[in-house]
Amino acid sequence: MDKNLLLTSAEMAQFASVGFLRFDNLVPRELCEAAHGEMSTGKLKRRAPMGAPFSEVWPDEAIGKVFRLPKVEAIIHSLVGPNPRYDHHAAHLTPAKTRKGANLHQDAEYDIRAQHFDIQTSFFPEDTPLESGGTLFVPGSHFRRVHESDIKRYQNIVGQVQAVCEAGTIFFWHTNAWHSARSNFTDRDRYMFKLRLNPTVRQQRLWNTDDLDSPEVTQNLNQKMPWHGQRHRIEIMNRVKYWRFLTGDPTFDLALWWGRVENTPDIIHPEQKIGA
Amino acid sequence: MPETQQRQQLLFLYLGNSSLESEVIGWSLYDGTTDETFEAAGEDNEPPYKSVLHAMRDGWRVIQAPFLKAPQVGREYENDYLDFEFVLEKLETVNG
Repeated sequence: MDKNLLLTSAEMAQFASVGFLRFDNLVPRELCEAAHGEMSTGKLKRRAPMGAPFSEVWPDEAIGKVFRLPKVEAIIHSLVGPNPRYDHHAAHLTPAKTRKGANLHQDAEYDIRAQHFDIQTSFFPEDTPLESGGTLFVPGSHFRRVHESDIKRYQNIVGQVQAVCEAGTIFFWHTNAWHSARSNFTDRDRYMFKLRLNPTVRQQRLWNTDDLDSPEVTQNLNQKMPWHGQRHRIEIMNRVKYWRFLTGDPTFDLALWWGRVENTPDIIHPEQKIGA
Repeated sequence: MPETQQRQQLLFLYLGNSSLESEVIGWSLYDGTTDETFEAAGEDNEPPYKSVLHAMRDGWRVIQAPFLKAPQVGREYENDYLDFEFVLEKLETVNG
């Protein structure tokens, strides 16, 4: 694995805070067209069972080549490590002129792991303008424990981000991020290829950690999401715990958020001893 | 004379804290006055009002305010749903 292709610590900190990373033009146009052809003609079959090593799933197909591109492999490695396990995939089709309605949800309410996590990718094989309704994400929602579609009532959240991108763009996201498909107002069918992967190793320092002490890391971890409101401090504390997990550093903190509440000294000063 | 009826519009405003003057951080509109298909989430980037108070000044009536409650013991560091959900309504007279 070329270290220079892995995520940086600043990028990992961004993932820890926002819950997803976006990479534009990762996949060459020709490969996008080939992968899109597989999706739209129904030729994309699963070649290995759920739980198989991901490397065995699409040995010959264009979609397999997409995920074996060196940079794509390096990003996946940074998040879930080497030899990830295939969970499931879906070539999500939103036909032309389709209204989706309110659809905000979280995929994995059953996943109550405290810190370990799966990733999902959203690969857009064609140009995806605003009106074609690419996936909408709510930044900083991945620590929220809600029950799948219970949040459908929420139509808009300040700071929401819709995938408006060129062909070849991939979003890599924490499976607990809130997201929503959108209406496709265009005359073209729209595909988004979703793939879920599981780690098979401890998710600790799997990225390029050369910049671990960079101020950009702290800056990214400290960023405020406009919709967190009064819950911002608890969100920061959850981020710190997540960063401790990712880095394997149980002492990491931002501005004493945990250092303060973990401070329960038991040493009795000599002058305070009973009977002293 | 055509028969008329009153129909309801519901506006959900989610605030940053419990004050009706605090900033809107999310919103939804459910409009019973029209038969048009309900549109997908996330079309708008700016909330319709800055706060519940601003909406009230535009004729919206608050029909539900959130309860304030302490987190359950052991769940002090868990966040989940949007806490400060205010439900507002407008009634509109339409031809039946």
